[in-house]
Amino acid sequence: METGRGEEMMKGEKSFGILITFSVMFLFWILLSCIFDAFHLLLGVVCSAIVALASHDLLVRGRRPKILLKSFRLLLYIPWEFWQIVLANLDVAYRVLHPKMPIDPRVIEFETTLRSDFALVTLANSITLTPGTITILVEPERGKFWVHAIAKQPADSLLVDQTMQRKVADVFMEEKHGATLTEKTEDKNGRLG
Amino acid sequence: MVLVDAITIAFLGAGLFFLFVGSVGLLRFPDFYTRLHATGKCDTLGAGLIILGLIVHHFFYYPGTILITVKLLFLILFIFIANPTATHAIMRVAYKTGVLPWKLGEGRK
Repeated sequence: METGRGEEMMKGEKSFGILITFSVMFLFWILLSCIFDAFHLLLGVVCSAIVALASHDLLVRGRRPKILLKSFRLLLYIPWEFWQIVLANLDVAYRVLHPKMPIDPRVIEFETTLRSDFALVTLANSITLTPGTITILVEPERGKFWVHAIAKQPADSLLVDQTMQRKVADVFMEEKHGATLTEKTEDKNGRLG
Repeated sequence: MVLVDAITIAFLGAGLFFLFVGSVGLLRFPDFYTRLHATGKCDTLGAGLIILGLIVHHFFYYPGTILITVKLLFLILFIFIANPTATHAIMRVAYKTGVLPWKLGEGRK
């Protein structure tokens, strides 16, 4: 995106991170304070600068390429996610209020091609918020997920259709077609080594 | 203003409905994991809908203080990030300490 702006790659990367962190922190300061006189704004600038200098590497981690593009794509992903949340709640409401309580819980495992922290967190939280499934464990090295599904149908939507994996991989532009399905096991003893 | 009130009440009512469903699920479901399904999801949307109702109310009754509605929007955002994370943390600890998942056909615990 904005490569070639600084002379040295490292230096440009660092100041980019500081700048982004500072902007976010200062916007948030204004939002929370709502006071627009010089004193309070200056106080906000000082505080945001300290936070930005101390912890810019937490918000903008090293790999700069396409971070703005990825954030933008994440914004497009959020409305779909909201719709999924509504569906998830209607699904739970149906299962709770149905007299026979149609549940058939199981634990499933699958591997994905996602590796970056942010992508894994997004997928884990998306799984928890969508109908009938909750993330139990994530193993970052292999991109492996353990998921508790409340019935067969939500489990299949993760194992067979893999809509959500594809969407998240698409947002973060990580490898697409590789979401490998290793095993479809229900953990017998229910615990890990 | 009647319309605004109606929309506010609709959002609050929907939020209350989902919180109620979450509580019923907490009591009806057979084991630890399925109970988390009920509370983890319904609390998120229930709280979100109630805050949405408050936003609509505030936006039309107190148009001077628009920043408060933005703060409420941020509350929704943070709840939507924090709630699944907390659910996942509880689930993970239960799984690692060996709480057995309930299977279809077993009796209630």
